[in-house]
Amino acid sequence: MKKLLFTITALLFSMVVSAQDIFDNASLHGSFQTDVQFYRPDAAIGIYDSTIAGRKIGINGFTNLTYTLGKFKAGLRYEALLTPLAGFDPRQEGNGFPNVWVNYNTDFIEITAGNFYEQFGNGLVFRTYEEWTLGYDNSMNGMRVVLFPTKGLTLKGVYGSQRFFWQKYERNNRGLVRGADAEFSFNDAFSKLDEAGLRLSVGASAVSRYQRDADPIYKLPENTGAFAGRVNLGAGNFNFMTEYAYKINDPSAINQFIYSNGQALLSSFSYSQKGLGVMLQLKRVDNFSFKSDRAETANALDINFIPPINRMHAYSLTAKYPYATQPNGEMGMQFQLNYKIPKGTPLGGKYGTGISLNFSQVNDIVRDTLDKEYRGTLGYKSDFFKVSDHIFFRDLNVEVEKRFNSKLKGVIQYMNLLYDIAVIEGHTGEEAVKANLAVADFTYKFNSRNALRVEAQGMWTKQDEGDWAALMAEYTIAPKWFMALSDQYNYGNPDPDKRNHYYTISGGYTHESTRIALTYGRQYEGVVCVGGVCRQVPASSGFTVTISTNF
Amino acid sequence: MKKLLFILLLLVPMSHLFSQESQLPKVNIKTLNGQSFNTADIKNDGKPIILSFWALWCKPCQKELDAFNEVYEDWQKETGLKVVAVSIDDSRSTAKVAPHVKGKGWEFEVLLDPNGDFKRAMNVNMIPHTFLLDGNGKIVSQHTAYFDGAEQELYQKVKKLVGKK
Repeated sequence: MKKLLFTITALLFSMVVSAQDIFDNASLHGSFQTDVQFYRPDAAIGIYDSTIAGRKIGINGFTNLTYTLGKFKAGLRYEALLTPLAGFDPRQEGNGFPNVWVNYNTDFIEITAGNFYEQFGNGLVFRTYEEWTLGYDNSMNGMRVVLFPTKGLTLKGVYGSQRFFWQKYERNNRGLVRGADAEFSFNDAFSKLDEAGLRLSVGASAVSRYQRDADPIYKLPENTGAFAGRVNLGAGNFNFMTEYAYKINDPSAINQFIYSNGQALLSSFSYSQKGLGVMLQLKRVDNFSFKSDRAETANALDINFIPPINRMHAYSLTAKYPYATQPNGEMGMQFQLNYKIPKGTPLGGKYGTGISLNFSQVNDIVRDTLDKEYRGTLGYKSDFFKVSDHIFFRDLNVEVEKRFNSKLKGVIQYMNLLYDIAVIEGHTGEEAVKANLAVADFTYKFNSRNALRVEAQGMWTKQDEGDWAALMAEYTIAPKWFMALSDQYNYGNPDPDKRNHYYTISGGYTHESTRIALTYGRQYEGVVCVGGVCRQVPASSGFTVTISTNF
Repeated sequence: MKKLLFILLLLVPMSHLFSQESQLPKVNIKTLNGQSFNTADIKNDGKPIILSFWALWCKPCQKELDAFNEVYEDWQKETGLKVVAVSIDDSRSTAKVAPHVKGKGWEFEVLLDPNGDFKRAMNVNMIPHTFLLDGNGKIVSQHTAYFDGAEQELYQKVKKLVGKK
């Protein structure tokens, strides 16, 4: 009897041990966020009862869940935008599970079925991603296979349809996307390269979109292919990256239904050593919008991503006029310098001084015909190396960062901006904005927990809405509490009735990864960084609550 | 006795159910040099790791990393701690990350997550989002947002992990 009991115990124990392997690898994680806004009419900033149209409350919310069991993963995402916050595409109104997926992942193969996000290279021919604060999601619904056949080699294959707000894919209601990518890292295959201080990887991608031709006038290509090749070469402190992409003729609503092929080139060259970083980036884009529906002109159904190569600014006024890529044609360059003046030098002082300089400019490409009535033709011819005199965007900014003592530190920034508002925002006929901006941002630490940050900004321009001034004070008690007061004042608006104050008062509490923030006041559109977090917000007036957590 | 044994047998698997391990998900991202990197390889020889998600456009993130950098040498000496900063900048800025990191003189490891794959796998909603991992890669605590001085409290937790107080 005792023997039997012992055997059973031993057996059960071995079962427990194997079960333990599974349970040790099992986990359930997720995240949750909801943004609630209560709107009030505010005639001064152009918000009336009719604008609100009875929709006094906007709520966006989502939950992600990921279950992991060893090599398996399964996840889902629930969203409810009822009604969406002001500034979001009205087509986003709805609720449901936009993402449901399963994934199996080993050292040799990774399979995903359902919704997924993926990027080939820099995204010039393929990128799906999701940006909650912008309400953007072009996720694929289909299958993805990733293979790691030998050391250094990664092969990817994807197919599916893209998310289009809440519209379910049905036959021919939008295009299908198929793609493949290969990347080879020489360093992973040949370890001798590392010893020589060299780094080399190459990659190539091909993407095709199938969309039925139902056009009554034109005969449109049903299969459109795009191809890209890329190289990343590094030697010591130097790094060179380039990617070139080519797209077969793809007449679309964006390119005025022209039949010419498109191309895009992105290159960057950088040097970095301790205390110094330099980067130069070049870009050329010609007829390179690529969407899974030719008729779509809004910010949706993009198959590719053409990165705008400009500094993404973090202060409200410096971020007021952000550049957006012109997919029909642009030539851009960007230069960036980061330097830290060492400690103990006259300019470096006791703590060292950080300097960063950034310059970017984007021009139009040169076309041999300016006649825009080229629908249904080959369009124009464009010399690859010629730059048009027409400047879309230019940004020169210098930032100095300094710690004065253990309590006080600060950042000062100057920016000079040229912004073709007619092209970038579609305000036809409006003069390009030429502006000078200055920012001073100082933090004083009372003790190890309490700190006060004061931020002052100014923008001086004769165009658009004229001069602005902004002031903010933020008091924080680490690691949980913050309170902030801010005002943006459009004191130089050419129309005296529009010289408005955009004031806000906000506060928040963070416990571990749970964050609750409340804001009351007027919100100007742009990137706002308050209370330790940055996000993109639309214009509004009223009360906002954000609750975010993860587990 | 038999009853006791039975109860014990029942308890053994239960205890395993509750000791869910939060090992880091396996995601392929990039190093600062553009080489591929598997996030399951974020390790520190059994010592704690601070894993922080940041971006060039996020000022509080930079403040947090600057704060880490100022004391990083001392922290490493005292506890063997490692800081890994994951940039979620997309392809518009990935080329700028290395010059920025070097120009700032940051000494810790920086990784690139240009399409947010690792960010999503870690369920990060907002940045800065900072995780503290113990020597086994298990998440001990996490925090969203950064306020001046928050690094002190985080470091107290690190010290507790390595048994120093």
